[in-house]
Amino acid sequence: MTSSTRSVIAGARSDRKANVREMIDQLLTDFFEMHGDQVAGDDPAIVAGLAKLSGYPVAVIATQKGNNLEDRMATHFGSPEPTGYRKSLRVMKLAEKLNFPIITLVNTPGAYPGADAEATGQGQMIAKNISGMLKLKVPILTLIIGEAGSGGALALACSDQIWMFENSMYSVLSPEGFASIMWKDAHLADKAAELMRLTPDWLLKQHAIHRVIPESMLVDGSLKTAMTSAVRELSQQNVADLLKKRATFFRRF
Amino acid sequence: MSFGEHVKRFSSRSVSMLAHYQAKVPNGIWQECPHCHASFYFKRAGQYRVCPECGYGFRVTAHRRLKMLTKHFEEWDADLETKDPTEFPEYERKIKKAQSATHLKDGVLTGKATIGDYPVALGIMDPLFIMGSLGTANGERITRMFEKATKQQLPVVLLTASGGARMQEGIYSLMQMAKISQAVNVHSAAGLGYISVIMDPTTGGVTASFASQADITLAEPKALYGFTGKRVIEQTINKELPSDFQSVENSYKRGFIDEIVPRERMAERLTQLLSILEAKKWGEA
Repeated sequence: MTSSTRSVIAGARSDRKANVREMIDQLLTDFFEMHGDQVAGDDPAIVAGLAKLSGYPVAVIATQKGNNLEDRMATHFGSPEPTGYRKSLRVMKLAEKLNFPIITLVNTPGAYPGADAEATGQGQMIAKNISGMLKLKVPILTLIIGEAGSGGALALACSDQIWMFENSMYSVLSPEGFASIMWKDAHLADKAAELMRLTPDWLLKQHAIHRVIPESMLVDGSLKTAMTSAVRELSQQNVADLLKKRATFFRRF
Repeated sequence: MSFGEHVKRFSSRSVSMLAHYQAKVPNGIWQECPHCHASFYFKRAGQYRVCPECGYGFRVTAHRRLKMLTKHFEEWDADLETKDPTEFPEYERKIKKAQSATHLKDGVLTGKATIGDYPVALGIMDPLFIMGSLGTANGERITRMFEKATKQQLPVVLLTASGGARMQEGIYSLMQMAKISQAVNVHSAAGLGYISVIMDPTTGGVTASFASQADITLAEPKALYGFTGKRVIEQTINKELPSDFQSVENSYKRGFIDEIVPRERMAERLTQLLSILEAKKWGEA
């Protein structure tokens, strides 16, 4: 594995990114967390609610890994279950009704591969979220902060602007899963990572994302400024144009 | 020679003779059902290629599956081929092999068909083309099928079979899920019907997008329908799962499938559904 791919993956999986609540506090104010999917439960792997960005209302949806072992067990290291995707769609639809833009913060190796998750419709809920997001009549900005793997990440990233931290990764599957499918050996993850082209630079060249964000921008406050102006710009577009551009972005692949 | 020796000699000879005769049986004369493991003379699977014991529908090429549904078919976008977007090693060779096995450029057959008397946009995924995995070429073909169906005001019937995302196409494969979902949305917003038929196997990114976005979801008996591979789930929870964990029969019980329809009755059931979807509306002259 080249040193750049290695450092991107190490950075993407860094513990410092595990607590998304801290990031919400750095970017937004007045965060009110909502709980539950109103069907079957409340998935701690999805943190969702209403807040303000530079004084203006937004909805925020984030995957949460947690920063201690207990949290990580509860969130399955940031892998949502169907209840999490339902909660996410519930908050997105609320945002649409209130005409609030949506910000999603993504850090997930993928949807949780558990037996109950599978039995209660993991695939079907992701399918519903993808089609639901593509229809939302409000702007959506996604920031991939760490890992973004598989349909479990795409279910939060059918957006108007998709940004990635310099040290983050976005791929069809985790390198371990990829190696397991291609060579029936998850230990070949390094080899997989090299072939998978999951780095922000390559993805930007393919126009699979819109912008690469140096992590220093979070600390110095310029990320908040950049998000504010991007959301403002998206909000000024009329809904038909917004939806058309969103559709065109994905149509090119 | 004692009686015991006789038996011993007879049984050892019969075993060796059996092996001898077995070697003379041409391949494919005896078939084993991958679902219930019954062995049977291949002709008993009949023209629909269904296990005579349990009703499982064998994986067949899209062209063969088409013949079981209709004789009237006009193919769309037959020449779409992958451009190998991530320049994946050995991929081109794999594609060539799959193309000659299926007589398709990529893993789906699409076109305008007539089922019963009803014109439809029909798509059939091919499980024998790199496991029916979803890549740029078959993804584009399915997208164009929905777009053409919207333009021509046709309902869509899509038979799915897929191992999920095409690993060799990386992020491009993942993006197909959004691209096709968008085309499904536009088709749906035009008030047109979409029937999906879950064939064996339908998994991964295909389950997590268009296979699960239909208005009416049918399935073939004993087909596998799921998102995550069973082996991965078992490794995650450290427990073995029953072999039918992801069967459509279980999905049906859990409320994700409208009806399980035997292959030989599929055309008839689709015709009935289309007769309702395409019936003259109330208030129409």
